[in-house]
Amino acid sequence: MNIKKINFLSIRYITTCLSIILMLVSITSLVFRGLNPGIDFTGGFLVEVAYDEPPSIVEVRVNLEDAGYSDAIVQNFGSSRDLMIRILPRENLDNKVVGKQILDSLNSSTNSVQLRGSEFVSPQVGKELTEDGGLAMIFALILIMIYIMARFQWKFSIGAVIALVHDVLITLGIFSIFQLSFDLAVLAAILAVVGYSLNDTIVIFDRIRENFRAMRNTETIDILNTSITQTISRTIITSGTTLLVLFALYFIGGKSLEGFSLALIIGVLIGTYSSIFVASPSVLYLNVSTTDLIVTKKEEVDDGMP
Amino acid sequence: MNQYPLWKNLLVMAIVLAGLLLAIPNFYGEDPALIVAKENGVGFTESEIEDIKVYLEEKEKSFSSISTKNNQLLIRFSDVESQINASDSIRSYLNRVATVALAFAPRTPNWMNKLDLNPMSLGLDLRGGVYFKFEVDLDAAIDQRINQYVTDINKSLIDQRIRRNIKKEGNRIRIELSNPEDYTATRRTIRDVDNLLRVTNSSNASITSMIVEMTEDQLKERRDFAIQQNILTMRNRVNELGVAEPIVQRQGLDRIIVQLPGVQDPTQAERILGATATLEFRLVCENENAFEAEEKGRAPIGCDLFYERSGNPVLLKKKAIVTGNQLVDASQNFSQGRPAVSIRLDSKGSKSMLETTKRNLNKPMAVLFIQQRQETKEENGVLVNSAVLEKEVINIATIRGVFSSQFEITGVSVYEANDLSILLRAGALAAPIFKVEEKTVGPSLGQDNIDKGFSAILIGLAVVIFFMAFYYKGFGLIANFGLLINLVLIVGILSLLQASLTLPGIAGIVLTVGMAVDANVLIFERIREEIRNGNSPQASITAGYQKVFATITDANVTTLIAALVLFTFGTGPIKGFAVTLSIGIITSLFTAILASRAVVNIVYGQRTIKKLRI
Repeated sequence: MNIKKINFLSIRYITTCLSIILMLVSITSLVFRGLNPGIDFTGGFLVEVAYDEPPSIVEVRVNLEDAGYSDAIVQNFGSSRDLMIRILPRENLDNKVVGKQILDSLNSSTNSVQLRGSEFVSPQVGKELTEDGGLAMIFALILIMIYIMARFQWKFSIGAVIALVHDVLITLGIFSIFQLSFDLAVLAAILAVVGYSLNDTIVIFDRIRENFRAMRNTETIDILNTSITQTISRTIITSGTTLLVLFALYFIGGKSLEGFSLALIIGVLIGTYSSIFVASPSVLYLNVSTTDLIVTKKEEVDDGMP
Repeated sequence: MNQYPLWKNLLVMAIVLAGLLLAIPNFYGEDPALIVAKENGVGFTESEIEDIKVYLEEKEKSFSSISTKNNQLLIRFSDVESQINASDSIRSYLNRVATVALAFAPRTPNWMNKLDLNPMSLGLDLRGGVYFKFEVDLDAAIDQRINQYVTDINKSLIDQRIRRNIKKEGNRIRIELSNPEDYTATRRTIRDVDNLLRVTNSSNASITSMIVEMTEDQLKERRDFAIQQNILTMRNRVNELGVAEPIVQRQGLDRIIVQLPGVQDPTQAERILGATATLEFRLVCENENAFEAEEKGRAPIGCDLFYERSGNPVLLKKKAIVTGNQLVDASQNFSQGRPAVSIRLDSKGSKSMLETTKRNLNKPMAVLFIQQRQETKEENGVLVNSAVLEKEVINIATIRGVFSSQFEITGVSVYEANDLSILLRAGALAAPIFKVEEKTVGPSLGQDNIDKGFSAILIGLAVVIFFMAFYYKGFGLIANFGLLINLVLIVGILSLLQASLTLPGIAGIVLTVGMAVDANVLIFERIREEIRNGNSPQASITAGYQKVFATITDANVTTLIAALVLFTFGTGPIKGFAVTLSIGIITSLFTAILASRAVVNIVYGQRTIKKLRI
């Protein structure tokens, strides 16, 4: 039987180099620039207001400065009439007073303003959340590693986890490089990316396992290439439909889901790439072979023999 | 041939129908409504209902209908504005007879209500409302208890004329006896106060000095009590606020979460929830000069220095006649045109009040208003919350007659009278609380989130459906059918569980729509492959479904693991994402493997196919 295959892994050294460079850049940015944490993690005060007419942000800043909030961050949020104002936690910040004061200082112009929503997070809660978030990420990785180890074999387990770490690191890296706001929803998205990227990897691994059993006496690299080729249309279609809905979410779902959908879009793209060019080469580098996957039957001991 | 046994087809049909039935209530939508309930739980009579109708019509408050359910009145409105408008006037009309709560009433027909079929409950970010997270100051709860022990032990030792020096050192009490012979009597006294307390002789080997501490069990019990008591009190306060479907629950060791859907004024809600306001009644130290005490910065023995609202210093007796926890009821009214709070005391308080007023006719008595305020300070570079007690004399009146259980106080504003009566009715908090998180979502933002979220679902769905039909033709239609059933099942299960749907929850549904086709794509690609390998269409279908089963399970279990981790660690809206994602994974497994197969079998299974268009 002649099986068609595309030689994906012939460029494995190039893609591995690319992945390593991207990961290094991400780590460097995460270490030196860090993330741009949202109010969920830093604590502080946030108000969302809607004006009747598009306000001048400069004027709003001046008004806030007059009210004693020179550290306020003012941004357009969604449309030009909507503003988001964020104040970092500091001493003697009485959140009951802040909301009213801000609204008063904004209202001083002729343009009437309406409070759409507000949020207050104490710095302690933010700190806890950061710790919990990190723990959740590690916990998820460990659980998944155990599951793959039980279902496949340790070399695959390591390959899958390398791909996962790769995806999470680069997604975080992009958020760090472009200083995109990193809030709780983005963290949730990254955990979803962990699940998604694995989905892709497992489909390919499953095929590799099947082919190892079906195609004896074939070079490992050929088996990997065949498996990737056989699953490539599924990989593209599933990633494609997922990306389609994510773009719908990004453009229509509103400002509060923008970071969330962006993290998933980046994650799905990188996850698709990594299941082909990171997970599969990793098992190749780990010298996976037929013996790793063939279930060795125990030889029956015949007790009846003298 | 590909055919399911009859029972399998029936099972698939039953599940789909059940999902549909559970999902249907969501298509009817909701009316803004008011729930009116009498405080004693008795139902409304026909004439009372008629009175309310007439009153509303008189005041030109438009409502769409009034109905009764479980002894409660349900008044429906066409929009939120008229609902809020009417709630204020009904509240003032019914005054203290009934509570009025803002709510949303589903428009489902009666037979559905009887089956207890409800639409999904919407989270705060979709419905609008206020979310609070409070932290209970457990150290303060312990501190209060220790203070109580000091007072009790000291009082008992005084009664026995034991000469001692007693003082509090952090969480411990040190007792030093002047006379070593009193040791056994002191130990007995401490045992009488609380025989669980741990007593150790001080390390100086001197028998006259001892340390009294609470045991670990006692500390734990005290902390649990403080939280439970606070939750109870906050529930009472929330009920007084008139909110339908409020949530008050403990989170972790020392946190309490409060969700108030529909509430639009977080400041009032917080003032009521977080306040530890209470009253104390004390006699005035008449023969002392308050201004002198202020200058010296020290009050004479047996007196405490306080200030009136005007800023004048006042000296009050240290011992309170009645404290806040002896108040059983309070309501706001007017006394000679001035706002007042009428108060009722429990038996112990009444007795004490009776004796005091009898003995002190024509002497002045003061009402002390005690309130706790939260203050944020910087300590070693970290911002720390702490509680500050504010005590203020709101009223000094001459005792004109003897009274005991019921009386009135004045000297407060209308708002204060209202808040104070709510607080006194709902009971005091056992320990101070701090707000650590607050989220307010205005109704317009909530509606925006709903609109945007649902259009994202619809457009995402449309795009995927179009693509699948185009790419897989007949089989694509079957996958699309599965996708729709999947959506119905998710909505049905969410309605059944009554888990709140949040904006991230909607995002989870959208993500599921994109990912749910994955299982079908895997199967269809495999069928294509089998056909390319020269297998017959029927055999290819069987092989396609069979061979990818393990792959689909493996791939989904890992995503499920990630979703479950998210559920365990996530709070609030993020939990909603984890819930819809998990439900979506499970339902998509059902639709892709069982439901779509059932349809494939019905369409293709019973005949010989020469060529499969896929």
